Amino acid sequence: MGMAYGHNHAWESVFSFPIGGLELLCDSVKIHNVNVEPQDGAKKLDMKDLLTWVRGNLIKERPEMFMKGDTVRPGILVLVNDCDWELSGQLTTTLEDKDVVVFISTLHGG
Amino acid sequence: MESNGGDASRILREIETLKATKSEIEQRISALEAQLREIKVDHGNDAILNGSCPPISTNHSDFGHGLSPDMVYRYSRHLLLPTFGVQAQSNILKSSILVIGAGGLGSPALLYLAACGVGRLGIVDHDVVELNNMHRQIIHREEYIGQPKVKSAAAACLSVNSTINIVEHKEALRTSNALDIMSQYDVVVDATDNAPSRYMISDCCVVLGKPLVSGAALGLEGQLTVYNYNGGPCYRCLFPTPPPTTACQRCADSGVLGVVPGIIGCLQALEAIKIASTVGEPLSGRMLLFDALSSRIRIVKIRGRSLQCEVCGENATFSRLRFQEFDYEKFTQSPLSTSPLKLNLLQADYRISSKEYKEKIVNGEPHVLVDVRPQHHFKIVSLPSSMNIPLPSLETRLSEISSALEGESDEKGTNSRSGPQLYVVCRRGNDSQRAVQYLHKMGFTSAKDIIGGLEGWARDVDPNFPTY
Repeated sequence: MGMAYGHNHAWESVFSFPIGGLELLCDSVKIHNVNVEPQDGAKKLDMKDLLTWVRGNLIKERPEMFMKGDTVRPGILVLVNDCDWELSGQLTTTLEDKDVVVFISTLHGG
Repeated sequence: MESNGGDASRILREIETLKATKSEIEQRISALEAQLREIKVDHGNDAILNGSCPPISTNHSDFGHGLSPDMVYRYSRHLLLPTFGVQAQSNILKSSILVIGAGGLGSPALLYLAACGVGRLGIVDHDVVELNNMHRQIIHREEYIGQPKVKSAAAACLSVNSTINIVEHKEALRTSNALDIMSQYDVVVDATDNAPSRYMISDCCVVLGKPLVSGAALGLEGQLTVYNYNGGPCYRCLFPTPPPTTACQRCADSGVLGVVPGIIGCLQALEAIKIASTVGEPLSGRMLLFDALSSRIRIVKIRGRSLQCEVCGENATFSRLRFQEFDYEKFTQSPLSTSPLKLNLLQADYRISSKEYKEKIVNGEPHVLVDVRPQHHFKIVSLPSSMNIPLPSLETRLSEISSALEGESDEKGTNSRSGPQLYVVCRRGNDSQRAVQYLHKMGFTSAKDIIGGLEGWARDVDPNFPTY
């Protein structure tokens, strides 16, 4: 938080892997404050760009536990600002500065 | 030794006798208490009829809510709540709730549901109480270890509230009996511990049109939501495709802090009470996420009912018959029962029993023992002179095994042609097979796994070896 931006095309997002052990895929760090630039001069950053970035930069092991194809694997809920990404267009969800994206792996234990 | 053995069996016999006597006495006490209650009720009526103050009304149904004087007193703190009151309590008393699973989630859920006066409370479980349940499954008492959880849970609920009807379903929930059992209740509470059960219960609730209070807990985290209620999604709307089996961890493997399912189970009771009493705003279309370690509770908005859902969607054809024929184990690639996985990956001569391994130790045969469990498991207990190389790091630590084998060969001499042997052990004998498979591929041709792992060792060789 509180990073300086060169131009207005930088998006800072907070990533969190709070529930379900997904943080184990990135050195057990649960919350990541990241600064992601839209690709190829695009003006907007969407969830598809972000997933690509997360896979390339945060996931340290077993990427198949996070993604399948170009989206998250079955059993992971994606929340953008505490809201299911189904409600905002899944991969096409446009991200704004300081958006909070949370990945949750469903639990089955009891 | 012999006299010790004699003492032990004498003590065991005496314990058995005393337990039987205790159980008889407890039954007698319960019977007498019930008699006493009846006498009090009769006596009370006599007093009213013969007393100096004739009753204005002795029929409590005259108040319109159907609560007896005892009920008014028992549930008075509910009745005093302006937002709950006598109407909500009356709804609860007439309601029926089914709790599937009398474990970590089901324990507090059942106790609260019994205490609050749910008219008919059903319990489904096929398991028996075990010592390693006690830290979280707080409904069970030590004297019930080895007995069915349903029986133990029903006794506990009855001891909290003897006025409700408790129904014991001592069976595993399957597609063959789920419709029959679940159709007898208004609200279903999913307190199970595996993915196929969760899909099965949700689908059955859709077929029967029942609201489902779903909770889950693992490690230090919990989740809670209400499915199939008031236009909200079902489990399949949210998770149309089952996760890979590697993402389905169990408490028995990954551990769980006892109080975490306790908290989620309490919240499940709350949601069930809200639905049964028609008070408040149940957690439908929202999901509660609980992170115990950082003390964070987050409630997020989830999608509504999906029109494309295969089970509850607009064009869904998921009928009772489809449900009964659906193979949930195949669908999720996981077993419905909680019995641990038993792999059989290796040919017989790549394996050795724990008894055979003990012979090797006794004979002083040169060997290296690699324990492939995670480090925190190794810290609980391990076999003497075993080296810990967790399975995920095996690939990068092969040189350590090579040096250990060389060291063993130098120390004890190579009197056999094959040199020191390599054995691999884990908790139950699955990961050790995976490791041996890999080790053979990498040229460690003497590698063998110890069948059944440390649990096998404890069972067949050393009964004092701790299991977990």
